Amino acid sequence: MSEEIVILPEKVDKLYETLKRWAKSTGYNLNPDEEFTRGLVEGLLINRQRYGYQSCPCRLASGDKQKDKDIICPCDYRDVDLADWGACYCALYVSDEVLRGEREIQSIPERRPPEGRRSWERSAQHEQRN
Amino acid sequence: MPEVKGTVRGPHDEHHTIFYGLSTCIWCRRTRQFLEDQGVKFDFVYVDLLKGQEREEAVEQVRCWNSAISFPTVVVDDEQCVIGYKTDKLKEVLGL
Repeated sequence: MSEEIVILPEKVDKLYETLKRWAKSTGYNLNPDEEFTRGLVEGLLINRQRYGYQSCPCRLASGDKQKDKDIICPCDYRDVDLADWGACYCALYVSDEVLRGEREIQSIPERRPPEGRRSWERSAQHEQRN
Repeated sequence: MPEVKGTVRGPHDEHHTIFYGLSTCIWCRRTRQFLEDQGVKFDFVYVDLLKGQEREEAVEQVRCWNSAISFPTVVVDDEQCVIGYKTDKLKEVLGL
């Protein structure tokens, strides 16, 4: 069985407001669907408590920060997914088009390379060979 | 936080449906809600809540259908798989 992690609503509010401010100041948009977004923020806080870092709530983290560095929010794939799909993988961040209501978000394909083909794995293999 | 695994009962029990999800994923939450709203009987597994051998086994089961090991992954009759929150595809595969 798994441990029960309880995140207080005040903690969700605090991170939600911080992310919203940070997004605005860096030219990004948080998903305007507040219920959806607060759910993701709660997931980030659960992952922070579980793993020690805020990995993407919609991806299975390994618990090894080095292995998961590409999926620590904001993930390495955010910008390209925003450009192609109007939202990042979990849809915490959305494009201007989505914000203006000109495009709808959807569940998008996973762009992260499968295990064994990730950039950090390739560099580790390269180092081992040399 | 949801239960780690279990079965949701429903009148649509024509298929053997397994939902693999993450407890923190909102697309997974929506997919499960959709299955429940449609009255589909399904087994569910929250892979992030599993530990050790049980988690490894669940990951391998997902990998058989979805090499990206992404969530939600819904496997129907051990024959078809729907990846992501795709209600039209689920309706088609489950005959809803």
